[in-house]
Amino acid sequence: MHYPRIESHVHYLNVNYGIRSWLFTTDHKRIGLLYLASVTFMFLVGGLAAVLMRLQLVEPQGTLLEPDTFNKMFSTHGIVMIFFFLIPAIPAVLGNFLVPMMIGARDLAFPRINLLSWYVYLVGAILTLIAILNGGVDTGWTFYTPYSSTYSNSNVLLVGIAAFITGFSSILTGLNFIVTIHKMRAPGLTWSRLPLFIWAHYATSLIMLLGTPVLAITLVLLALERILHAGIFDPKLGGDPLLFQHLFWFYSHPAVYIMILPAMGVVSELITCFSRKRIFGYKVVAFSSLAIAVLGFLVWGHHMFVTGQSVYAGLIFSALSFLVAIPSAIKVFNWTATLYKGSISHDAPMLYALGFIGLFTMGGLTGLFLASLATDVHLNGTYFIVAHFHYIMVGGTIMAYLGGIHFWWPKISGRLYPDKWARFAALVIFIGFNLTFFPQFLLGYLGMPRRYAFYPQEFQVLNVLSSAGASVLGVGYAIPLIYLIWSLRYGPPAGPNPWGAKGLEWQTPSPPPTENFEETPIVTEEAYAYASEDHELV
Amino acid sequence: MWPKIPFQPDQASTVARDVDQIYLFLTGVTVFFSVIIFAAIFYFVVKYRRRSEHEKPPEIEGSLTLEVTWTVVPALITVVVFVWSSSVYFHNARPPRSSMEIFAIGKQWMWQLQHPEGPREINELHVPVNVPIQITMTSEDVIHDFYIPAFRVKKDVLPGRYTSIWFQATKTGEYHFFCAQYCGAEHAGMIGRVHVMEPADYAAWLAGGNRGETMEKRAETIEKRGENLFTRLGCNMCHAPDGKGRGPSLVKVFGKRVKLNNGRTVTADEAYLRASILTPYKEVVAGYAPQMPTFQGQVSEEQVLQLIAYIKSLGAEQQSSTGSKQP
Repeated sequence: MHYPRIESHVHYLNVNYGIRSWLFTTDHKRIGLLYLASVTFMFLVGGLAAVLMRLQLVEPQGTLLEPDTFNKMFSTHGIVMIFFFLIPAIPAVLGNFLVPMMIGARDLAFPRINLLSWYVYLVGAILTLIAILNGGVDTGWTFYTPYSSTYSNSNVLLVGIAAFITGFSSILTGLNFIVTIHKMRAPGLTWSRLPLFIWAHYATSLIMLLGTPVLAITLVLLALERILHAGIFDPKLGGDPLLFQHLFWFYSHPAVYIMILPAMGVVSELITCFSRKRIFGYKVVAFSSLAIAVLGFLVWGHHMFVTGQSVYAGLIFSALSFLVAIPSAIKVFNWTATLYKGSISHDAPMLYALGFIGLFTMGGLTGLFLASLATDVHLNGTYFIVAHFHYIMVGGTIMAYLGGIHFWWPKISGRLYPDKWARFAALVIFIGFNLTFFPQFLLGYLGMPRRYAFYPQEFQVLNVLSSAGASVLGVGYAIPLIYLIWSLRYGPPAGPNPWGAKGLEWQTPSPPPTENFEETPIVTEEAYAYASEDHELV
Repeated sequence: MWPKIPFQPDQASTVARDVDQIYLFLTGVTVFFSVIIFAAIFYFVVKYRRRSEHEKPPEIEGSLTLEVTWTVVPALITVVVFVWSSSVYFHNARPPRSSMEIFAIGKQWMWQLQHPEGPREINELHVPVNVPIQITMTSEDVIHDFYIPAFRVKKDVLPGRYTSIWFQATKTGEYHFFCAQYCGAEHAGMIGRVHVMEPADYAAWLAGGNRGETMEKRAETIEKRGENLFTRLGCNMCHAPDGKGRGPSLVKVFGKRVKLNNGRTVTADEAYLRASILTPYKEVVAGYAPQMPTFQGQVSEEQVLQLIAYIKSLGAEQQSSTGSKQP
């Protein structure tokens, strides 16, 4: 079937054309799409590095890449995926597009700062790509000193500058969201009526605003050490080798929550819509986001249990790390309870959301092994860690991101994608993911350290399994890329509300007009009021 | 033929069993909760699948009882794991007094291990079974990490500091040790083997009977080397044993509380001794002038360890504690 262009109304995509109308736009929806294109490109770069790593590790001798090249691949993978994909993915793409629409606003509070944040991101991304193509960086995304400050001969400085710059893009986005959520809610949209997506982005924005400057300071200190030999981190110059790790994880642990909290927000939207129920325990789910954001700042020391930090510090960080697990557990229980007596559809976004709950549950529970001191000593620095955080970051964040893209794609593009392919892709990704990362739990328990370019023979079988899974996962990611692009031209028109969803963003045409709403909506009910009388099915 | 997939690493130290019990318990917790969640999702998704577009599910706001239950139950489980795991960790943080002490130096990209009796090994470590062994470690360059999976022990090896691990092997055999902190190009090659031997075999090995090729010829004890160095560097000129020299006597100084001329009191542990050799002007013993020259750049980390071993051999107040010691 071939459907004509959607010309029935003027919307944000057809209001004007040409490259300038995109590069100078201040429309939050267009900026969201600029981010979508950029983070997708960076995902492909980071994914390519992962492909090379998994190919290398099929054989214990690791003959494909030189060890030095392998080290640059895992560094590239980590830096690109974390700073340029996972951190911006949900907030800067979906958040940008949806935060104003969900609260009934015309745009974010500072539209030009919003555009600036994309340019700042772009500069950071380009500098990183230059650094990668120009010899690469081999410190891992963690930049541990004194290796990064004194010993590495790679482009540490350039990548450090790139990460420093990109951080400001996060800060600007966070600032924009906080002000927008405080000041621009539609009449009647009280805090207790906000969609949980908004609560999650609010909590995330707080972390971005408060945590990212610490990363910036840390990177400046690293640069000072590298250029001027300031003697901050290298003991040979009178510095403290562990100081860097304290500063780095003070940002980078909360950064984990920057990556997962928005995903939790997405899942709350999907679960409610596709079971046609209000969320079970709205207040508990909303406040657990804030609890995670606050506690997340107090657990950085659990990355350092084996550094020789005081055993008493270890005890406190261990206790706090167990504590931060509880709000996450509460969320999982509440999402599950939301399904009870629902009217559950099995559309593609729902499959991603259910996949998220399952994988996030396993990722969260395996985190207990690492909060627990005695087991962390054995598992720290092994593939167990790698498996654990991929269950959270890939099984959690990317599943939710894809679920969100599938859910709001009809709103973004005005078109529907082929549902069967979408469900098939969700299944392939779920299977490929588990095949890739489950064996890594076993590898870690057996003692295989991470970041090894070659390894003893006994670890081969599990590595081959993991690499095989990665190829399935790669296919799984390629399928949506194809049919979503296809749907832009050939997909049937979606209409304003194809899922029968409740949020304000569904009360306006798809794609929405530039000003989002023809008239400012007035909110008279709580979020997810699926049982209310005016519930309209499309 | 399908190769065997291993699921459990060798369990070859007294600590390993304790750690594995916690690991097993946590695995049980993970499986239990995953199964509950998976089963509930699966059941709900099938049972409450949408049968008509006009279904109106009932309004359910939440339940305080349920919220409290699924807050308190996980909280209690984490408290149990926290207390249990921390007590194992605490126990493992303190090496027994009777431990045999081995020194290790990590450098890009090899391990150098020094036995008290003198033999020095590269990427190999021979130890007797059923004897507590403490390894005191430092790095010559970047951060490394000494990890023996079969013993479930691991600790970062830091430049400018001493850290230590201890273990008591329970099974003879050969086990891997790894560098578990990324340290540069050949990080993956920074691995070696622990050879756990019967005490008699170990004694024979020490005597030079069946040493590997990486071994040097029968060497002097580490204390003896330290003593020679002590004399060669002229330390004995000032640090006279009777305390009448220009520097304090070092007899029985190890482990003692030492009063400094800035009013502070420190314990004379490995880190303090190392700092006193490399940056002697920073922490001067009360009653003495800051006149000792620095030996920074003149002695290697290995020689510092020899000097410390010699000073320890002059008698000690007590065993040092573990954990990171900042110079």
